[in-house]
Amino acid sequence: MATDATLQFRDPDAAREIADRIDALMADVGEPVSLMHVCGSHEQAIAKFGLRSMLPEGLAVRMGPGCPVCVTNMPEVDEAVALAEDGAIVATYGDMYRVPGTAGSLADASAAGADVEIVYSASEAVELAEENPGREVVFFATGFETTAAPTAAILAAGPPGNFSVLSAHKYVPPAMEVVAELPDTDVDGFLAAGHAATITGYGLFEAFVEEYEIPVVVGGFEPLDVLLGIERLLEHIDDGRAGLENAYPRCVSEEGNTAALETMWEVFETTSGEWRGIANIPDANLAVREEYAAYDARERFEIDPDVGAADPLTEQCICGDIMAGTADPDECELFGEECTPRNPVGACMVSSEGTCKIWLEYGGRPDL
Amino acid sequence: MCLGIPGEILEIDGHEARAEFWNVEKTVRLDIVGDAVEVGDYVLNHAGFAIRKIPDEEVAETIEIYEAFLEGDEEEALEEIGATDATLEFGSRPAAVAEPGSVGAGGPDDGVGPDGTPVDGGSDDGD
Amino acid sequence: MTRNDATTEGTEPDAVETEREVVEGDSEVDEDDGEVVTLAHGAGGEATRSLVDQLVVSRFGDAANPAGRAAEPGAVGLPELDDGSAHPISGGETSIVLTTDSHVVSPPIFPGGDIGRLSVAGTVNDLAAMGVTDPIALTCSLVVEEGTPTATLEAIMESMRATCEEAGVAITTGDTKVMGSGELDGPVINTTGIGAIEPGALVTDAGLSPGDAILVSGTIGDHGIALLSEREGFDLGGGLESDVAPVNGLVAAATDAGEVTAMKDPTRGGLATTLNEMAGKAAVGVEIEERSVPIDDAIASAGELLGIDPLSVANEGKVVLGVDPDDAEAVLEAIRDHPLGENAAIVGRATEDHAGRVVLDTGFGRRYLSEPAGEALPRIC
Repeated sequence: MATDATLQFRDPDAAREIADRIDALMADVGEPVSLMHVCGSHEQAIAKFGLRSMLPEGLAVRMGPGCPVCVTNMPEVDEAVALAEDGAIVATYGDMYRVPGTAGSLADASAAGADVEIVYSASEAVELAEENPGREVVFFATGFETTAAPTAAILAAGPPGNFSVLSAHKYVPPAMEVVAELPDTDVDGFLAAGHAATITGYGLFEAFVEEYEIPVVVGGFEPLDVLLGIERLLEHIDDGRAGLENAYPRCVSEEGNTAALETMWEVFETTSGEWRGIANIPDANLAVREEYAAYDARERFEIDPDVGAADPLTEQCICGDIMAGTADPDECELFGEECTPRNPVGACMVSSEGTCKIWLEYGGRPDL
Repeated sequence: MCLGIPGEILEIDGHEARAEFWNVEKTVRLDIVGDAVEVGDYVLNHAGFAIRKIPDEEVAETIEIYEAFLEGDEEEALEEIGATDATLEFGSRPAAVAEPGSVGAGGPDDGVGPDGTPVDGGSDDGD
Repeated sequence: MTRNDATTEGTEPDAVETEREVVEGDSEVDEDDGEVVTLAHGAGGEATRSLVDQLVVSRFGDAANPAGRAAEPGAVGLPELDDGSAHPISGGETSIVLTTDSHVVSPPIFPGGDIGRLSVAGTVNDLAAMGVTDPIALTCSLVVEEGTPTATLEAIMESMRATCEEAGVAITTGDTKVMGSGELDGPVINTTGIGAIEPGALVTDAGLSPGDAILVSGTIGDHGIALLSEREGFDLGGGLESDVAPVNGLVAAATDAGEVTAMKDPTRGGLATTLNEMAGKAAVGVEIEERSVPIDDAIASAGELLGIDPLSVANEGKVVLGVDPDDAEAVLEAIRDHPLGENAAIVGRATEDHAGRVVLDTGFGRRYLSEPAGEALPRIC
């Protein structure tokens, strides 16, 4: 049934019906609307299924700071590279492998002989530690609540002594507030990330909606889910109200996954930190709590990245503006020229969910 | 990082389960799934961990909504998803629309704050 | 022409060392300029092309083809970067077609095949994709590491023999080298294939014209997804198998049934890379109906789990064909009648619009289908 259900959420005819409704709502609203989603998987779904070409002119759907790979700060990558160069086995998700730090990526370190392993799950990183008892295994842990909870679960379960975590985990809700407050950002509605909300619950956004009077709809990731989320946001905008809605109830509840949250907050605490290109955001990074310091790579090792000189092009990268919703990739001088998926300057060109890479590969908002 | 895939639990061994994802089997961990999971249940899987049990009836109900759209019965579809009265209800879940000022309309659900202590559903648990 | 698909690994530095002697004779090697070869260079697509241009075409391109591209009928030279090269002999009545492939794959024995079968099928398929379906002979160069169990090599060589029999070709010359323990990560097999063809029957990558139908000979993404699952240790269960097979018989059936205008085997970089290359070389657009592309259910599902698009990973027993629209149904029928072609489908057409690009109609909307930027990595985002 998982198959049948998945296929039913990909029915093009139903999609066109929802798109027609979106057209009608836009006509009724009568002015341009700018929506922001805060999840790379939404961007992937929108781009992969070509959904943007179904949307009417005047309706912009932009990606905010929703790609954890893109917002991982260069010094965090530098720490991972330094640990790998110092002889640790560094395990990380495939998404992070090519992300450039100040002077290089984990892929570069691997090409130079360091041990970098790509894992699909945090528990695979633990298995690596079990298989290599004589080596230090560091899990360079990235992602939002959906991956932070699993990382927490393996620490709570008591991994082997040669295992530690270099946390670059991020916590989304404070970042939405920062984006909402940016003076140049013009967002009429937020499409919230369905899987992060699976963990946190949609109730988390109540205060945000109240404070900023911007509608928030939690949406899923199949084409119909995404379109429905957009349709719901437009209903709110058309009615001139700012409400909170859950358009992904098969996975998201109001209270979220309390067991996962308990584990996550048992192991992690929020701390302020730089989101690449956006801002230093209070309480939006997840650091390992003192009780688990033995598994915290930053406590266990003296990490002293020899970063070398930064690529001078980095200065011109506008990833931050793109993630803040104030610029499109083709406004960047480097886009498709000095900055390509093969030689990325900014993380938005690396991640398969990065806006720049998606624009280059899938055609942005193509008129095909 | 939200590449979540629904799968069906085939067998359970402690914290681990074997799950089927459309003809492909994979081991998933159940540490943080929250609900009691049984063979035959559907779970949302992310990066090797089940992060939520998906109730059958909710999948079916969501499909009905989309089918209503497909059959051109737009009004029914919109009614089903609550467009007509700003109250979005799915199955037995609490009201999913929470207008500012009517926080916790479905009854105060306990959340968990960043400090690990349970917080009141009506307070700001979003940090 | 060299092969190092998404699932293969580069050889260890020591293996490269033996070749360096050749280079050192007449050039200064500045090893400190910071540039090193990465796995992305072996993944097909733009990175590979760039490396091949820099290393090989820049040196040999002109000599191989002094008058530029396609200097004479029946000739295909290095700059074309086709599946192989073609050389007219006997006053142009016949062209000799030559191709070579090195194979390194981890693990060497994988679900649905092994490096032996891969090394025969890879070269036979490159010849077939140029229209040569009855190769004259193959060579086999084997590099193995000290300590490799003889039984493993027996199994690999037996597989090569069986695959040769299937393809109707013989290995007639070869070479064997043994490296010291730890100097090689696994067996390396190079095969070179040679064949002859009437110049008019030669099929290149570049032959597409607007209106041509685009066919694929079967399910897409099997080899890449199956090996990635296996190699990364994902316990994705059974049912995921490489499609590695020689397709020369299938190609013969297709070319007998109608006018095949362009052909390529979608190995590294998958269907996405192959279509982009065909569109680029012919300066036409290609439009693909995503829902027409046959993909095995288990492969599709594993692709979703891994976050990898089956259209972007290697196939080893498939061919992509451009066909005159009037002959498309007949060619499709002929392919489907072949045992390896039952899932063949017409998946799109060549267009005048969007020259050099591939447009994918997803059923929802339209977008570009681009070639992957580097090796396929599982993602969780």
